[in-house]
Amino acid sequence: MRATDIKRLSLYLLFAPFALWILLLILLPHAGMMYISLREKVAPRVYEFGFENYINFFNEPIYWNTLIRTGSMSLLVTFLALLLGFPIAYYIAKIAGNRSRGALFLMCLIPLWVSDLIRAFGWILLLRETGVISSSLQWVGLIGTPIEFLYNDAAVIMGLVYTVILFMIVPLVSTLDGMDKSLIEAGYNLGGNGPTVLRRIIIPYAMPGIVAGCIVVFMLTAGSYLTPILLGGKNSSWFTEQIYDQFITRYNWESGAAFGFLLLAFTSIAVWLGLKLSGQTLNSTVADT
Amino acid sequence: MQSNLEYDLQCSAVKKHFGSVRAVDDVSLDIPKGSFFSILGPSGCGKTTLMRMIAGFESPDSGDIRIKGKSVVATPPNRRNVKMVFQHLALFPMMNVYENIAYGLRCNGVSKSDIRLKVHDVLERISLPDVASREITQLSGGQKQRIAIARCMVLDPDVLLLDEPLGALDLKLREAMKIELKLLQHQFDTTFVYITHDQSEALVMSDNVAIMNEGKFVQTGTPQELYHNPAEAFVAGFVGDNNRWSGKVKTVTNGIITTETKAGLTIKGSARGDVKPDVGGVVSIFVRPEFIAAKVSAKKSGKSNANNNTIDGLVDSILFNGANSRVLVRDKVGELIEADVILTGGTDDLKPNDPVRLDWSPDQTMCFVG
Ligand SMILES: Nc1ncnc2c1ncn2[C@@H]1O[C@H](COP(=O)(O)OP(=O)(O)O)[C@@H](O)[C@H]1O
Ligand SMILES: [Mg+2]
Repeated sequence: MRATDIKRLSLYLLFAPFALWILLLILLPHAGMMYISLREKVAPRVYEFGFENYINFFNEPIYWNTLIRTGSMSLLVTFLALLLGFPIAYYIAKIAGNRSRGALFLMCLIPLWVSDLIRAFGWILLLRETGVISSSLQWVGLIGTPIEFLYNDAAVIMGLVYTVILFMIVPLVSTLDGMDKSLIEAGYNLGGNGPTVLRRIIIPYAMPGIVAGCIVVFMLTAGSYLTPILLGGKNSSWFTEQIYDQFITRYNWESGAAFGFLLLAFTSIAVWLGLKLSGQTLNSTVADT
Repeated sequence: MQSNLEYDLQCSAVKKHFGSVRAVDDVSLDIPKGSFFSILGPSGCGKTTLMRMIAGFESPDSGDIRIKGKSVVATPPNRRNVKMVFQHLALFPMMNVYENIAYGLRCNGVSKSDIRLKVHDVLERISLPDVASREITQLSGGQKQRIAIARCMVLDPDVLLLDEPLGALDLKLREAMKIELKLLQHQFDTTFVYITHDQSEALVMSDNVAIMNEGKFVQTGTPQELYHNPAEAFVAGFVGDNNRWSGKVKTVTNGIITTETKAGLTIKGSARGDVKPDVGGVVSIFVRPEFIAAKVSAKKSGKSNANNNTIDGLVDSILFNGANSRVLVRDKVGELIEADVILTGGTDDLKPNDPVRLDWSPDQTMCFVG
């Protein structure tokens, strides 16, 4: 009896920090935000319960256009990260020798050693009108006048892909690592050529990793703030910028909170759709990676 | 060596080195159409490497591989009509049984309706007609085995390669699958090349067996030839059970070699292998347990041939295993000798500490130089 009591107590104690973390850092703030987002300002300092903040969002095209733009750009970033990350992950997991594997993995981690901000400024240094790329091209003689590479969608997408690609590579490597090489050989042995083996065997096998990587990358991208602002400039039109704007510039917490929940709902629906379309469940992707 | 359509698979002087490791060293083989050929050797002797070269996953450093008389060294693996059953089967886990079998047919551009026919036909032939829609994880070990074979056979290969496919099965199933594989080979009438380190698998199933050691083929022959006429000490030691001594040659008369072992036993034997032993030379001596008769000493059977080896000793222990029972006899110098016995369960059976006389012919005593 006593032994089980002690066991139970230690279980509670072990679980407590996690429960506190969930409660204090996730549930409480969100509950507060939810409460704020459902308040309507009827007069200065007078509030009523209502959905006006949400209705405003749908009535103002600039808001939902920004959200859709953020969503589609995030999808593009996710897709590019997958396209670039898959061969890298495949190389690390299946082709590289045991010794070079660690080094390669570490190289993928390098971007994370530098803070977001410094990284973005690094990009600015390269891409601005007086930056490294523009002046080298001038020096070589390919262009006559300096060119501004910053403040366009391409710069934002490139910066984002660079930032998030690691989160694509890690789950991919861990799923591909579990794949027996003889599956690939069997694929060739039974008459498949390279593309067939990739399409019918490697990709289906890696699907849980692909989906997990895409979910993480999509969420990170849609919720990122610094990179789009710094590389995209004033007209980057990223939805997090709208939220920031509502909270800080306009001091309209009600609307900002509502936007925050809309972003959460939007990304959740996108992830749910992705899972449905790829035939995966959240469980299978988490368990397999 | 000429290329000949009688042979489904030929290798000539195939070599493969990994750094300083000679994985496959100068191997030549000719496998006749429709036969069951085994390559038997200890782990690490290069069996898998040889098979991977035949399948096209490794290219030989030198030598030639021909399938149905045509050299395939430059042919990529997916264009060779050689199919392979992998050591861990390598069934595709994300496809069900039907899709696994259909995969190869689809790669060959077979039409949908033909695929359906062929898959059901091959499932019928391996006597698993109802598993088409099962997932791979829902199959038993033996069923997976058969699906892996069916997946290859549906493509009608010239040669089927099997790399220790029974290794992962439990003993009982392994015994059953041995017989089944042999029957499947008959039924499909395709050349099987079977790799194993388990001598009983090779002996039971094969028409011909090649014994491989350290990258080289030591001897090729029918299971009976290998068992009764091994060409080298390695073959004698590797195929079948043995009592084994090392001895010095005392005299050689009329083909009978009289030797004395280190412990002081005198054993008469016959020379085997290419090199004949000289007086004073060292030989390895092998005697199979089934050729040694163990009789209770008190019963004078008296019929023993004067030339035979006879050794008196005490029964140390009985290894009961039904029809394959053995007795361990401790001889006067203290070594244990293994002999087959028939145990009927009656009172005449040998018991520990019974005095026994071991008796066997010099013809059954194989002596190899070295
Ligand atoms: N890809 C490889 N690289 C280096 N050495 C290898 C490779 N494949 C096999 N070997 C070596 O070649 C030898 C034969 O291996 P293998 O053909 O797998 O033996 P078996 O299948 O008979 O157990 C072993 O010593 C093994 O270490
Ligand atoms: Mg092997």
